[in-house]
Amino acid sequence: MELSLWTYEGPPHVGAIRVAASMEGVHLLLHSPQGDTYADLLFTMIERHKRRPPVTYTTFQARDLGDDTANLVLRAAADACQHHQPQLLLVGDSCTAELLQDQPGTLVNGAGLPIPVIPLEMLAYSRKENWGASETLYSLVRGLLSARAPAPGGERPTREPDRAPSVNLLGPSSLGFRCRDDVREISELLERVGVRVNVVAPLGASPGDLLRIPEADANVCLYPEVADTTCDWLKRSFGQPVIRTVPIGVGATRDFLREVTEVTGADVSGVLDDEFSNLPWYSRSVDSTYLTGKRVFIFADASHAVAAARIASEELGFDVVGLGTYAREQARDVRQMAKSLGLEALITDDYLVVERAVADLQPELVLGTQMERHIAKRQGIGCAVISTPAHVQDYPARYSPQMGFEGANVIFDSWVHPLMMGLEEHLLTMFREDFEFNEQVTASHLASGGGSHERAAPQPAADAASLTLAWDADAEQELKKIPFFVRGKARRNTERYAAERGLETIDLDTLYEAKAHFSN
Amino acid sequence: MSSAVLASDSTLQARQERGQRAVFCGLTSIVWLHRKIQDAFFLVVGSRTCAHLLQSAAGVMIFAEPRFATAILQDKDLAGLADCNEELDRVVGQLVERRPDIKTVFLVGSCPSEVIKLDLGNAAQRLQRNHGGKVSFVDFTGSGIETTFTQGEDSCLQRLAGELPGDDGVEQLLVVGTLADIVEDQFRRLFDALGIPAVRFFPGRRAEELPPVGAGTRVLLAQPWLGDTSRALAERGATLLPAPYPLGAEGTLAWLRAAADAFGVSAARFDEVTSAPYQRAVKALAIHRERLAGQTVSLLPDSQLEIPLARFLAEECGMQLGEVGTPFLEQALMAEELARLPEDTELTEGQDLEPQLARLRAARPDLTVCGLGIANPLEAEGLRTKWSIELVFTPIQGFDQAADLAGLFTRPLAREQRLGGFQWS
Repeated sequence: MELSLWTYEGPPHVGAIRVAASMEGVHLLLHSPQGDTYADLLFTMIERHKRRPPVTYTTFQARDLGDDTANLVLRAAADACQHHQPQLLLVGDSCTAELLQDQPGTLVNGAGLPIPVIPLEMLAYSRKENWGASETLYSLVRGLLSARAPAPGGERPTREPDRAPSVNLLGPSSLGFRCRDDVREISELLERVGVRVNVVAPLGASPGDLLRIPEADANVCLYPEVADTTCDWLKRSFGQPVIRTVPIGVGATRDFLREVTEVTGADVSGVLDDEFSNLPWYSRSVDSTYLTGKRVFIFADASHAVAAARIASEELGFDVVGLGTYAREQARDVRQMAKSLGLEALITDDYLVVERAVADLQPELVLGTQMERHIAKRQGIGCAVISTPAHVQDYPARYSPQMGFEGANVIFDSWVHPLMMGLEEHLLTMFREDFEFNEQVTASHLASGGGSHERAAPQPAADAASLTLAWDADAEQELKKIPFFVRGKARRNTERYAAERGLETIDLDTLYEAKAHFSN
Repeated sequence: MSSAVLASDSTLQARQERGQRAVFCGLTSIVWLHRKIQDAFFLVVGSRTCAHLLQSAAGVMIFAEPRFATAILQDKDLAGLADCNEELDRVVGQLVERRPDIKTVFLVGSCPSEVIKLDLGNAAQRLQRNHGGKVSFVDFTGSGIETTFTQGEDSCLQRLAGELPGDDGVEQLLVVGTLADIVEDQFRRLFDALGIPAVRFFPGRRAEELPPVGAGTRVLLAQPWLGDTSRALAERGATLLPAPYPLGAEGTLAWLRAAADAFGVSAARFDEVTSAPYQRAVKALAIHRERLAGQTVSLLPDSQLEIPLARFLAEECGMQLGEVGTPFLEQALMAEELARLPEDTELTEGQDLEPQLARLRAARPDLTVCGLGIANPLEAEGLRTKWSIELVFTPIQGFDQAADLAGLFTRPLAREQRLGGFQWS
C-alpha cells in the first residue's frame, strides 16, 4: 500500500485511452466500474478535444456483479462496433475489472467480431499511465505487424537510390507535452534536410498507417516514455534503426540531425547553423548576463528532465542545483545526467518530497510539471512547466513546440520570463528604501501631477536570523552603501556568517569578514 | 417515516434505461465533504484510478496538503487480506503521525477494496482501539459499484447517522446535506427569526460535533441525494418533512414553510420573516427569466439535482423542459418536486449513453446540463451546455443564491449571443 495525496501519473488504462484517443479508427473497450468515465474529462477539458475519447466503458455496478459481467463485456463490444464502426478494437480492463478476472480480451477475441481485436494487459496494481501508453502502442504495432516481420536473419531491403530517405515519428500522443507542435516542428525540420516523414504514431495514425511503419528507413523515438518498447521491437523484428536523441534544445537538435545523417545519409549541414534559433545569440547578448549561475531546480518526466538539464547548464549558463524525475522506469538516464552535473538525482513520485527539496535548495527557478508549478507558487519562486502532468494552460492556442530550433526559442522565452518577473520584484523590493523611489513618495512619472500623498510605511522584512542578530549603526550604514541589487544577498550572507559563528552583533568587521568568506 | 407522508400525487413515470453510464462514482463527494467537515481526513482505500479521479475532479492542486488521500493497493496487497490490513494500519499510522491536527479519519471504500472484500468497518474498529481514542475512525463506501456521484455523501452520512447521540425527545430541526457555510448561516438566521427552537446542520463543520437525533427530531433535507441517510435517521425515530429542495425563490419558500408548519410558526410570522428575502430573490431572478423563458433545456443524468433543477428552470425561469435524466429516482424524496413538474415531462432513470446522446442531437435543446466529459464535445456540435459539477461546488441554495443559480444557466446563452456571428469552424 502506498499513501498518495497527489499523483504524477494516472493508472495504466489512462495511458491506453491516450493512445486510442490519439488515433483514427481505433476504439477501446474498457471493462470498468461506473465512475471510470471521469477519464473523458482529461481529454475534453484539459486538451479541449471536440470528441469524447473513443472508449466504451462497461460501467458495471453491484447488480451486474451478481449477474454476469462477462456477458456485459460481449454486449458492450457488439454495441461499440455497431455504433462507432472502428477499424480495430482494443480491449482492456481497469483496476477493478482486473480483479474480476473476466479476461475481456480473450472473450471479445472469441466473439467473431468483423474487425481485428487487440487485447491489452494493463497490470493496474504495479504499473502507471506512461507504461500503459507504451504497452498499448507496443501491443497495437506488434499485433498488426508481427505476421509481416521478415524471417530472422533476413536482410532489410535497401532503399531505391531515387527515393528520399524516410523516418517514422513514434511516441507523440494525446495529453503528451506539446506533441501537436513538436510533430510539426520536427516534420518541417526533416523536410528541410530531405527526409520524408513516413508515419507519425500514435498521434493522428490509423491502423492502416501502422501497417506502413516498416517502409521507413528508421524510427525516431520522439517520446521514449511512449515509444521505447515499440522502437526496440521494430528494430529486432524489422531491422529498423532507432534515432534516439530527443531534439529538445539547440545542442540536442543538432545532435539529432547528426544522428539522422548517420542513419539515413541525409545532408543536414545546411540547417546546423545558429540562424534557425535565436537562443544561442539571445543567451550571449549582454542582457542575459544576469542569467549566469541562476539556481534552477528541474523535476519532470525523464526525457524532459534530461533535456532541460542540458539546456540549463550548456545553453543558458544556469546552475542546476536539483534534478529528478517521477518516472522510475526511465530513472537511469536522469541519474546519469545528474551525476555529470555533480548531483544526486531525486527519484520519487511523492510531491511532498519534491516540495521539501525545493524548500531546502532555494532555487531561483523551478522547471517542472504542474505539481512543481504549485510548489513554486507557494514558495514564491518563478516556474515554467516543461513536462506532463500539465494543466489546461499548458495546452496553448499558439504554436509553441519544445523540440527543434523553434522549440528552443519557445524555451528561452518561457524560462527567462519568470526570471525577468522575479528581477522586477527584486528591483521593487530593493528600491523600497531608495531616497528617490521609496513608497512614501509619489511615483516619479506622476510627480508633475502634484499631490504627493503619504503611503503606509513598508514592514521591514524580518527572517529568523535577523530576529536574533543586531546590526550596529556603522554596519547598517555601510550596508546601505552597497548597490541595491546585491544588498539583500550581502545582508543574508553576513547574517548567515554571523549566525554560524554564534555572533550576536554585526559590526563593520563582521560585514567585511563575511564578504571575504563568501567570495572565496 | 410513514409511507403515507411520502406518497406522490404525481403521475409522472420515468423511463428506465440501462447501458453505459457517464457519471462519477461516490468518491467524488469527498471533494465537497472535506471542505465542509474541517477537522476530518478522508482516506480512500483503493487504486491509482481512485487517486487520479479525486485530483481530476478536484480540478487543480490548490491545497498543498489536502485532507484527502488514497492508500493505493499494490500487487502484494492483493496476495492476502491479513497483509492488506497490516499495510492499512501502517499507512494510517503514517498519516496520523503526519497530521496530528486530524481528529476524525474516514476510511472510504472503493471498487477494488469491495471486490477483494476488505472489511473497512472492522478496520475502523481496530484502528480506533490502536490509536487509543485520540482519533476517531469511520468507514463508508464511495465505490462506483455501490454509489453514483453524490451518493457518496449519502453513504457517509448514513454511516454517521448510526453514531449520533439521542435527542431525549427534545424538539429540534435537523437540516441534512452539505451546504456552503454562507448558505448555512443564511438559513440559520431565517430559522432563528421564525422562532424554531433548536436548529442543527448535518454534516457540521467539525466531525466531532455530532447532532443528536430521535423522536423529537424533524429532518429537512437540503440535498436530494440522501435516501439512505433519511431512512437511517427515521430508524432513529426522526420524522422527515416532505418538501421540495431550496433552489430558487419558490423552492426555498416551500422548503422553509415545511419547517415552519412542522414547528407551528404562524402564517403572519412566516410572511414577516420571508417576504423581504423572497421578494429580493424574485426581483433578482426576473432579469434571468427574461433571457431563459421559452428556451429549451435537457438534463443528462449526473448529480441527482436534475429533477429539482428542472422544476426550478421550468417553474421559476419559464424554460421548456426536454428530457430530464436522473441516475436513479427515489420517488419518496422527489415527490414534492415531481408534483411541480409539467405533466408531460420526459423523465429518464438510469443511462444508456449513446442512444441518449442521439436523442439529444435530434432534439437540439437550447441548453444541455451535462457532465464535464461531455460538455466540450456537445459544444463542438453547436449545442450550448452547462456542466453540472459546478452545481455541487457553488452555493446555489436559498433566496440570496437564486439569481446566482439562474446565472449559471444564462451565462452560456449570453455567451452564445455575444459570439453568435463569430464562426469557429
